[in-house]
Amino acid sequence: MDAAMLARIQFAFTISYHFIFVPISIGVGMMVVLSEHRYYKSGIPADKAASNFWIKLFTATFAIGVATGITMEFAFGANWANYSRFVGNIFGAPLAAEGLLAFFLESTFLGVLLFGRKKVSRRFYYVSACLVWAGALLSALWIIIANSWMQTPQGYKIEGGRAVLTSFWAAAFNPSTAPRYFHTVASALLMGCFVVAGVCAWYMLKKRHLHFARQAMLWAISVGLVMALAMPLLGHWGALVAAEHQPVKVAAFENVTDTEDGATLWLFGWLTKNDDGTYDTHGIGIPKGLSLILHLNPDARVTGLDSVPAADRPPEPIVFQSYHLMIGLGMLFVLVLLLTLVMHYLKRLENARWLLWSLIACIPLALLAINMGWVSAEVGRQPWIVQGLMRTTDGISPAVSTGEIWTTLGLFGLIYLVLFVAWLRIFVGIIRKGPEDVVEMLEADKVGAPAPAGAGR
Amino acid sequence: MTLANIWFFLVALLLTVYVILDGFDLGVGVLYPFVARTEGEKRVARASIGPIWDGNEVWLISGAGAIFAAFPMVYAMTFSGFYLAIMLVLFGLILRAVSLEFRHKDEGWKRVWDGAFFLGSLVPSMLVGCALGNVIRGVPMDLRGDYTGTFLQLLNPYSLLVGVTGLFLIVTHGAAWLAVKSEGELHVRALRCRKITFWVFAVLAVATSAATILTVSRASDNVFGRPLGWFFLAVLAVALLYTIWQMTKVGGELKSFLGSAVIIIGLAGIAAVGNFPEIVPARGTPPETSLTIARTASGHLTLLVMLIVALIGCPIVLAYTALVYRTFRGKTKAADAEY
Ligand code: HDD
Ligand code: HEM
Ligand code: HEM
Repeated sequence: MDAAMLARIQFAFTISYHFIFVPISIGVGMMVVLSEHRYYKSGIPADKAASNFWIKLFTATFAIGVATGITMEFAFGANWANYSRFVGNIFGAPLAAEGLLAFFLESTFLGVLLFGRKKVSRRFYYVSACLVWAGALLSALWIIIANSWMQTPQGYKIEGGRAVLTSFWAAAFNPSTAPRYFHTVASALLMGCFVVAGVCAWYMLKKRHLHFARQAMLWAISVGLVMALAMPLLGHWGALVAAEHQPVKVAAFENVTDTEDGATLWLFGWLTKNDDGTYDTHGIGIPKGLSLILHLNPDARVTGLDSVPAADRPPEPIVFQSYHLMIGLGMLFVLVLLLTLVMHYLKRLENARWLLWSLIACIPLALLAINMGWVSAEVGRQPWIVQGLMRTTDGISPAVSTGEIWTTLGLFGLIYLVLFVAWLRIFVGIIRKGPEDVVEMLEADKVGAPAPAGAGR
Repeated sequence: MTLANIWFFLVALLLTVYVILDGFDLGVGVLYPFVARTEGEKRVARASIGPIWDGNEVWLISGAGAIFAAFPMVYAMTFSGFYLAIMLVLFGLILRAVSLEFRHKDEGWKRVWDGAFFLGSLVPSMLVGCALGNVIRGVPMDLRGDYTGTFLQLLNPYSLLVGVTGLFLIVTHGAAWLAVKSEGELHVRALRCRKITFWVFAVLAVATSAATILTVSRASDNVFGRPLGWFFLAVLAVALLYTIWQMTKVGGELKSFLGSAVIIIGLAGIAAVGNFPEIVPARGTPPETSLTIARTASGHLTLLVMLIVALIGCPIVLAYTALVYRTFRGKTKAADAEY
């Protein structure tokens, strides 16, 4: 394997791994803010116990999010030196701003969340929770700005073989920033709702902590349903922008081989390769559907993959399948959440074991959907690392040998595997243990003695 | 003073603040297996840095981001050229971050996390100095700005010497912090460690200075030839004397901790003045391959936007960082750790 391929594998692996923990952090972070708000208002121990529980899940996940984020920060210089030299003028700035304007906020007030329960007032603690979450949302904004510039570059000129900034606002708020930011954040919030709903479903199955579970479940499924319904709309917005600026990507989403009037929208399908390197689609689709949703006209023209030479097309099967998997799962999520809400109002949710299990199954499925979304967006823009300006294979580090990448790839695999096992044990352990016993907490507060182990927060 | 020159010193400042702040966290991690014996002491040692280490690490993240944005060629050369070393630092930081957060949540694997905390602190403490040594000494590069040497060339005696010196400085800094934050036996042991590591550092620092004057005359000439160089030399000398004085006094922990922070400022200032106006000089390759400020700086608009971001961001960050340090001031108690 050549260095470019290895560097790509390493990047894809480490960023996908980072993005297991990011959406859980952002999503459960919302739950932390909501539950801490409740405790701030009420001041009753049961609310404190509930909030503490979410904070534990949150901080355990956040820790790996932080650790694996540093990898990404270093990855550009280490594996993508040519790329870094080419785009540093533009791409580096949001990355630096992310540190100063977002990461500091997150990590400084995370310290208060971790150690401050007994040291600061209820209000200070609540504000800290809000600031940590705000920091996470801001950091997502800066990084999506950076990534969107690679998808739809604007506000630059090429000078001396590198991209030089000509307008900060045009570069930062390039056409795809807004739709992709909202789509990504909504997907993370949906993820968080599924974590919360899944945990509550498990307690309902085990008939434990029922009071706690009922309350949180209702929040999770209501917010979750809103997000699940928003996903197609926000995704559609992104698709419209992509159709205008990255038509080849959209053509790969639906495998439009030749530019055509009245292109099909596939619900699912599989691709078979032809002798000339193009693919045929087999499956179920809505005739003229793609033209209709993109241009509100069933006979509108959709640009096909044939608009560019074969070397400039992304690997169609990967893009097609990941894209349809994301959408299919999105539809499934709407269905599950609707059913849950109905059963909740019929007061039959706690006995619908199959539905409770489905909610738990949605946790890994949501992670899958999110990562499939990124694969469609990122593989869909190949072979470009910066759309139309630089090819991925030109972006590598000439000074790094394949042996070095192999070595670090192996180490990443090993360390990340251990971390994943550790995280899962701790995450599941926290859930097993459940929110603290309220009676025990009351006793501790009354005596004013140091709280018993694990009940101190 | 051009914008690019301002950014040279701003980047140096970001990295210096990083070494001061994360330095004591890393130092505590290196000392951890040696000074913290009982479960309670271990808890205090971890909790003394628990609420703040993550914020401290962000100075490195912002520093790296600032190099990427302001001097892309330098970011590309150092991170790809020092590849394996950078990756080792990274693995260290990953292990440290995770061990600190997981140790108390995970009784079953506590040995593993203790080990990870120590190793994850030791490796970056050592390698950051080695990297600095190479940047002062210079490295072979081509015109595109890629490193052309080998990995073993990075482990030259001079850089290793700077690395070990840096390690002892960081450990002595960490011991001072631990002495400030702890009580009882842990406090006594931290103070003892601080004395030993400080004097080892002092001896190594003399050796490093001599080696610099003898083998990297460009840097020493720059320092001795410039007023700013003399200023930082004076800062260093005063800080050293002040630290020694405070170390001998009872109750001088906090002041001697501040003393070692100023030592770091002095040394970093000397290194920056020694390299200016080059960021990474060439060694063994033609002078035009040197990564100078002028050659590697980003465009005017990028630097300006970033300066605005820094001028808005830094004061706010410093304000709330101070607030959080204040919140967690005073001695760390074992019960604090039980969150
Ligand atoms: C949409 C959101 C998103 C995306 C696409 C990325 N990240 Fe991330 N990152 C976060 C959202 C996030 C976060 C939510 O802010 C994290 C996760 C958990 C956490 O601690 O903060 C984080 C942590 C995090 C940290 C540690 C911050 C700290 O110490 O507090 C760094 C250095 C990065 N990230 C860097 C990156 C880079 C260079 C990326 C691109 C290649 C990247 N992240 C993709
Ligand atoms: C966090 C969610 C993300 C995921 C899951 C993701 C996934 C991927 C995948 C699977 C590839 C491989 C494409 C291929 O090689 O064919 C890739 C490439 C790439 N992505 Fe992302 N990406 C994410 C976010 C980002 C962000 C935020 C940036 C930049 C700020 C980024 C920059 C890149 C770069 C530079 C490449 C080129 C390297 C390569 O082709 O592997 N990605 N990404
Ligand atoms: C249900 C209908 C959905 C539609 C029509 C849709 C559409 C899209 C489109 C067009 C993109 C590519 C945007 C671009 O590259 O410019 C995208 C990316 C993405 N999707 Fe979806 N999506 C849907 C559901 C979901 C769901 C349910 C999730 C996860 C829970 C999800 C997560 C993502 C993520 C994380 C990305 C990558 C970030 C981005 O480019 O915005 N999507 N989606």
